[in-house]
Amino acid sequence: MGDSLNVHLNTKATVQNTYDAIVVGSGISGGWAAKELCEKGLKTLVLERGRNVEHIKDYAGTEKDIWQLIHHNKVTEEDRKNSPIQSKCYAFDEVSKKFFVNDLENPYNEVKKFWWIRGYHVGGRSLMWGRQSYRWSELDFEANAKDGHGVDWPIRYKDLAPWYSYVEKFAGINGNRDGLPQLPDGEFLPAMEMNCLEKHVAASLKQNYTDRVMIMGRSANHTKQVGDRGPCQYRNKCHQGCPFGGYFSSNSATLPAARATGNLTLRPNSIVLDVLYDKDKKRATGVRILDAETMKTEEYYAKIVFLNASTLGTAHILLHSVSDAFPNGFGNTSEQVGHNLMDHHYGVGAHGDYEGFADTYYYGRRPNGIYIPRFRNINEKTKRSDYVRGFGYQGGASRGRVNNGDGIGVELKASLTEPGNWTMGIGAWGEHLPYYENKATLNKDKKDKWGLPTLDIDCEFKENEKIMRKDMMDSAKEMLEKAGLKNVSTYDSDPPPGFCIHEMGTARMGRDPKTSVLNGNNQMHDVKNVFITDGACMASSACQNPSLTYMALTARAADFAVNELKKGNL
Amino acid sequence: MNRRDALSRVALLLGGSVIGAEFFLSGCGTGDKKIGQSVDFTADDIAYLDEVAETIIPATDTPGAKAAKVGTFMTVMVKDCYDEKNQKVFLEGMNKLNEASKKKFGGSGFMKITPEQRKELLTEIDKEQKEYGKNKKKEDDVHYFTQMKQLTLLGYFTSEPGATQALRYVPVPGKFEACIPYKKGDKAWAL
Repeated sequence: MGDSLNVHLNTKATVQNTYDAIVVGSGISGGWAAKELCEKGLKTLVLERGRNVEHIKDYAGTEKDIWQLIHHNKVTEEDRKNSPIQSKCYAFDEVSKKFFVNDLENPYNEVKKFWWIRGYHVGGRSLMWGRQSYRWSELDFEANAKDGHGVDWPIRYKDLAPWYSYVEKFAGINGNRDGLPQLPDGEFLPAMEMNCLEKHVAASLKQNYTDRVMIMGRSANHTKQVGDRGPCQYRNKCHQGCPFGGYFSSNSATLPAARATGNLTLRPNSIVLDVLYDKDKKRATGVRILDAETMKTEEYYAKIVFLNASTLGTAHILLHSVSDAFPNGFGNTSEQVGHNLMDHHYGVGAHGDYEGFADTYYYGRRPNGIYIPRFRNINEKTKRSDYVRGFGYQGGASRGRVNNGDGIGVELKASLTEPGNWTMGIGAWGEHLPYYENKATLNKDKKDKWGLPTLDIDCEFKENEKIMRKDMMDSAKEMLEKAGLKNVSTYDSDPPPGFCIHEMGTARMGRDPKTSVLNGNNQMHDVKNVFITDGACMASSACQNPSLTYMALTARAADFAVNELKKGNL
Repeated sequence: MNRRDALSRVALLLGGSVIGAEFFLSGCGTGDKKIGQSVDFTADDIAYLDEVAETIIPATDTPGAKAAKVGTFMTVMVKDCYDEKNQKVFLEGMNKLNEASKKKFGGSGFMKITPEQRKELLTEIDKEQKEYGKNKKKEDDVHYFTQMKQLTLLGYFTSEPGATQALRYVPVPGKFEACIPYKKGDKAWAL
């Protein structure tokens, strides 16, 4: 609780600022919390630290052709100066850069190299996300219990399966039903299709291996219309915001659904400072915010609070909410808040050329690729002696244009106007174990422009990840070579944690209040009316892209919270 | 005292002829403008870069780099997207290229030589940059002609005439077809 709080509250103001529920953050999980709570009849206040972004209206620029952009969609030196970290992101371009923070204005401290990619605005990173959507399996929820890393997940696949179905139906995920135990099927829109070379490599894998398959990627692009959204127009400009509503985002999907109930109040420019606590009732009473425009603080009250400010954002709020009852941070008697920070390790793989299929091509720009689900340590037969857990590959094939043409003049021009050879690349996404010492803490000496402490981020990949990486690279090369690709070369760009933008784990779920922050319903062990359903809640990282799991956990927790509220337990 | 006289006197003072003075003089005497002085590029810079780009990507049955305003594009990119080190390489390169023209073609700068001569010159420099690139260490400067060629290709194929005439461009494809027939000569997709 704020010790500098000097606002005299009268009863009227308190009533005006009181809701049934408060949701902190409007990204992928906050949007879901808003939708579910509003649809269940709760007057819900959504607090977003950044500016408003209205669906379609605020995607200006994405309608332009590339030559209408001054720098033909390239990053400028000024961008690199203002956002040295953000501008490294694959999705940062001349149009989308408005959805990434200015790093100079939003500092954090890299105790070890950590590239933190952020979007502070309504919709958060759900606007620029990669849209890959995969269920976790029993394998993932059992992993901690089986090999002893981290704490046991308090839930199993069967607990989440119906909620995966629930969110998939609304979100609109495309994919095939592939029947794989390690990557369960879902409620899918029609899958996209593999191109000729991808089909060839998939067939080769089937022929050469008994333990692995290549499937079509599953993404939150709408191959068919979903409500008033889509269908996808195959422009592959998703990260700029889609004027066709061709993919799932908070802005296109969950926030409009929440708004349609009449129960939503959205308050942009609201930086949550701390969660307010009544130590007699042992309940949160609301939150205190700083208005980013007026610089005034204000308090809002509710029966339940959902924290969906992102893995590191939520950790910041918890650590900053100190009181007599919680001197080390809100709901932090376990002292796990801020710890066990994970990301996926990626940026390693292989690519090669294929001589053939010269008489085939494709039409349209498919915003999705292929996926090779995990095949290591999924059963006794695939057990590795050198590392635990595993990885999956994303990738794709295409016919590039020749871009390093020799010479100049008419011949060069002619060679550059035709498609070149087929090429294919696959890159691996690997699991990062939860290590207590990988952490974010508050630095009270270095404050941001709001006067708030900044985060010291101290996170690294360790031995298990490093050993796994070698296999990630070697296996990629082997598979492509077996499929007949030529000039297969490997790469390892060795990006630091953070850069996969799958950070998780800073307020983990668990069975024991002594070693975890949240229970099996994403409810704080210490404070029963506070729920955390963003990446902070994750007890392990698996190797699948995590957003779909955040959605399912959020819908499930919202259902639980409202039932508890109705029962009078909160 | 005119400029020619002044230079002659300088030469005398130095006790000999000024190396390169002929080229310099012929340049000045025929109204050659200074190019590549700063990243606040002039109309002359743009005209010059347009001709370099046009030599790399000439007009054929489709428009060339000049019609696609690649000269202007290069100046914008060098000014806004290059760091200082690369800007310096580019600006010096504009002059190196002009000097190479003068050396090869009896004192005639790049703007004065014929399209055939331009092609001959840039073909040589292209080979030079390719060789340079092979032996270049990571910390070495990039070759100026590597910059010019890359910017020309990028600028041209993302320009309206380049994308829509030299290549095929569909702003809103509306569907994805994974495997369609391709016959030799069909143009590549612009994006």
